[in-house]
Amino acid sequence: MMMRRFAPKGGPGPDQPAKLSRRGFLGAGAGALVLSVALPMGNTRAQAGKIVPGTRVSAFLEIRPDNKVLFRSPFIEGGQGIFTAMAQIVGEELDVDPAQFIVECAPPGPDYLLTMGARFTGGSMSVRMSYDTLRRLGAAARLMLIQAAAQRLGVPAASLSTKPGQVIHASSGRTLDYGAIAAAAAKLPVPSDAPLRSNADFRWIGKPIARLDVLEKSTGQARYSIDLSVKGMLHAAVQHAPRLGLEPASLTNEADVRAMPGVHSVHRLPGAVAVLANSWWRARRAVETLAVTWAEPAGAVVMPADFSSQAHRSKLTSMVGDGVAFETEGDVAAGLRGAARVVEATYEAPHLAHGQLEPPSALARFNKDGTLDLWLPNQAPEMFQTAAAKVAGLAPEKVFIHSPMLGGFFGRHFLYASANPFPQAILLSKAVGRPVKLIWSREEEFLRDALRPTGIARFRAGLDDAGLPVALSAVAVGEGAIGRWYGRQPDKVDSSAVEGIAGKPYAISHRRIGQIHVDDPAVIGFWRSVGHSMNDFFYETFFDEMADAGGQDPLALRRRLLARSPRHLTLLDAVVDLSGGWRRGPFKAADGSRRARGVAMASPFGSEAAAIAEVSLRSGEVVVHDIWVAIDPGRIVNPAIVEAQINSAVALGLSTTLLEEVVYANGEPQARNFDGYPILPPDRMPRVHVRIIESGAAMGGIGEPGLPAVPPAVTNAVSVLAGRRIRSLPLSKAGLT
Amino acid sequence: MELIINGHRKQVEIEPDTPLLWVLRDELGMTGTKYGCGLAQCGACTVLVDGQVTRSCVTPVEAVVGAAVTTIEAVSDDPVGRRVVEAWVKHQVPQCGYCQSGQVMTATALLKQSEKPSEEEIAAAMVNLCRCGTYNAIAAAVRDVAGVKS
Ligand code: FES
Ligand code: FES
Repeated sequence: MMMRRFAPKGGPGPDQPAKLSRRGFLGAGAGALVLSVALPMGNTRAQAGKIVPGTRVSAFLEIRPDNKVLFRSPFIEGGQGIFTAMAQIVGEELDVDPAQFIVECAPPGPDYLLTMGARFTGGSMSVRMSYDTLRRLGAAARLMLIQAAAQRLGVPAASLSTKPGQVIHASSGRTLDYGAIAAAAAKLPVPSDAPLRSNADFRWIGKPIARLDVLEKSTGQARYSIDLSVKGMLHAAVQHAPRLGLEPASLTNEADVRAMPGVHSVHRLPGAVAVLANSWWRARRAVETLAVTWAEPAGAVVMPADFSSQAHRSKLTSMVGDGVAFETEGDVAAGLRGAARVVEATYEAPHLAHGQLEPPSALARFNKDGTLDLWLPNQAPEMFQTAAAKVAGLAPEKVFIHSPMLGGFFGRHFLYASANPFPQAILLSKAVGRPVKLIWSREEEFLRDALRPTGIARFRAGLDDAGLPVALSAVAVGEGAIGRWYGRQPDKVDSSAVEGIAGKPYAISHRRIGQIHVDDPAVIGFWRSVGHSMNDFFYETFFDEMADAGGQDPLALRRRLLARSPRHLTLLDAVVDLSGGWRRGPFKAADGSRRARGVAMASPFGSEAAAIAEVSLRSGEVVVHDIWVAIDPGRIVNPAIVEAQINSAVALGLSTTLLEEVVYANGEPQARNFDGYPILPPDRMPRVHVRIIESGAAMGGIGEPGLPAVPPAVTNAVSVLAGRRIRSLPLSKAGLT
Repeated sequence: MELIINGHRKQVEIEPDTPLLWVLRDELGMTGTKYGCGLAQCGACTVLVDGQVTRSCVTPVEAVVGAAVTTIEAVSDDPVGRRVVEAWVKHQVPQCGYCQSGQVMTATALLKQSEKPSEEEIAAAMVNLCRCGTYNAIAAAVRDVAGVKS
């Protein structure tokens, strides 16, 4: 029902400032959503001043004559099911079956700034940030259709109602398809007072609706960035400097490479060399044949030649002091002094790669009218538009960003200097005056991925005579991803460095959570569940260590310290119930194996989660049999998608628990493909059991919250079987027997 | 070089050691078969060569001259392939979907070779990686087509 057709290549977009504080976006502090974020004003706000995001029906919806509904989503689909959730939310109020929706990612534009005045797909924010707005949008569009039908039929609007896809005049039995009146409806003003459907009448919200893209993804029809082509394009492949910051000095066999089949040209780029050819394989083979000497430019910021994961971990461990305080309660020094017993331990976690299965790519095309089309995987179209415009030397509104479906993301496709291929594609296309599609080989991707930071945490807990914790001091050492990309204040703690150690619900009278900042020499980024991905592992495994030292059962101790938190108690009881009752073990299973169970909790991204894992050991290898997860996201839109996301988060969490570790030596990552960086294979996937609790609390996230409790639940169980505490991941290097 | 892709004869002019994957994707414009690792690690590039599961990223195109290559684009032309796709939809298997062409082709090959594979045969065949962790849904869909109760 569009009045003005949206510019097909993506309309003018806001000049989105790239330096945008994400503090709070990802759920700071006590897991609560911090809304008082310092957002840049800039001209995003100025432009958005005329347009209230999420209100212009024509920017979002196009009802076609065949009654199909095109919805332009502010959020990108990458497996988390957001396109389907959008169709459910809008369809519910618009009165259109979600199955009738075609959903695509919206181009840059002020209408779509629904994530706290900005726009990105991340922080498990999409549904909870847009739910109310999009319901109102759907309801407004329905009212416009009713008004258009009233004019067409010459009856009062009040005499009309709707059923899916149709306006009905009950007294005369006449009906009008939405598709037949959409054009007329689009000319009407958008009402601001359209009534919303009552929750009790929901037909699609809250139901396990089938995802819209499953058939196309099961038959190879779904198109990702890597699959696209445009007329006259050249294929590009790059060879990056083995160590970040080095520049190509000389190419000794350039003439030979130029003569290779299909080769168009050889190029030097910042930190890389490239070959353009008439197929990607030819470009790749040629670029890898190039013999390049790399030089360290004076004064450049480079990865140190002696950087190794091991040495960096030692440095983190050697940092002394309690750091800058982030969360305090009571008097932790006094609490520790007065304790009958003090327990201390240091935990560590490695760098991780995203390993999304679609390697990054970018397709750039300069047009005769001075504009640039750019197709690329991204989680934040406006930010990429601004950055691409700078590289291309164009005004942002001359850059059209296209955001195809993502072949996995997990935080990979934010704007990270040196980790995105699009600047190279733009430079190459500009250099040769033809469209260029660049694909990074898996090897180049492992060389330039923005990693989950590495970190350590030092804990000291004071126990009283009864073995109950009365004081807890925790110091996280390392660097957070938010501070890296959105600015760090030296006297303040980056919430992403401590979330999951801070914000825990347990009643311990004296607490202090601090952080010591140490620059991470690697390029770090956001990785599914961000700081929670390691910090809940640190905290929840130390929790069991505290319980053991005090002679407490770890589940009983959690219940006791949550006695005044009914939401957490309900959750914990739910996961215990789901698992058939608590038994820590070791116990003998029916198949004769010796097993144990571990429990852990997490409060990530506005949701609450609890997990129990059952494990055994087989010739030193951890076998995870079952993982039970209870999650309370307050309210949900699609239980089937929630369950799928929990399965996915469990798999990724377990993969990091068992196998994953990026190892640097001499400033270079040692693994360049999945042979050197194994990820969870199918035969190590446990059964996953999910219980969703809709407590009615404020809506929380779904995509990430299932992950953080998994590593500690598994490790707690393994520690029972091993008879010793395991304080480092992955478990493959724990020397288990 | 003449190839037989999904029952059609195709002429390609290409270095004979080019991986089949890139012939499909770049020369023939068939992008349903995916590039994930290029190193026979992930299975995203799985096609069938004379019915055998084959990782096309490490298969030189010259090795399949004269053989029948089947890709995901033709999966629904095959009665078993159709049942596999139906099961994939019923069990809502894909998440990001990027690995799923390879998963569907692998399952189709298995179920064409053995109508009722055992739990062990299923596990031995379904070894492709999925970073989204759809493994349980994949197993449920394959068992469903195979009529295996879990
Ligand atoms: S792309 Fe062939 S196995 Fe990964
Ligand atoms: S569905 Fe995403 S990799 Fe398998």
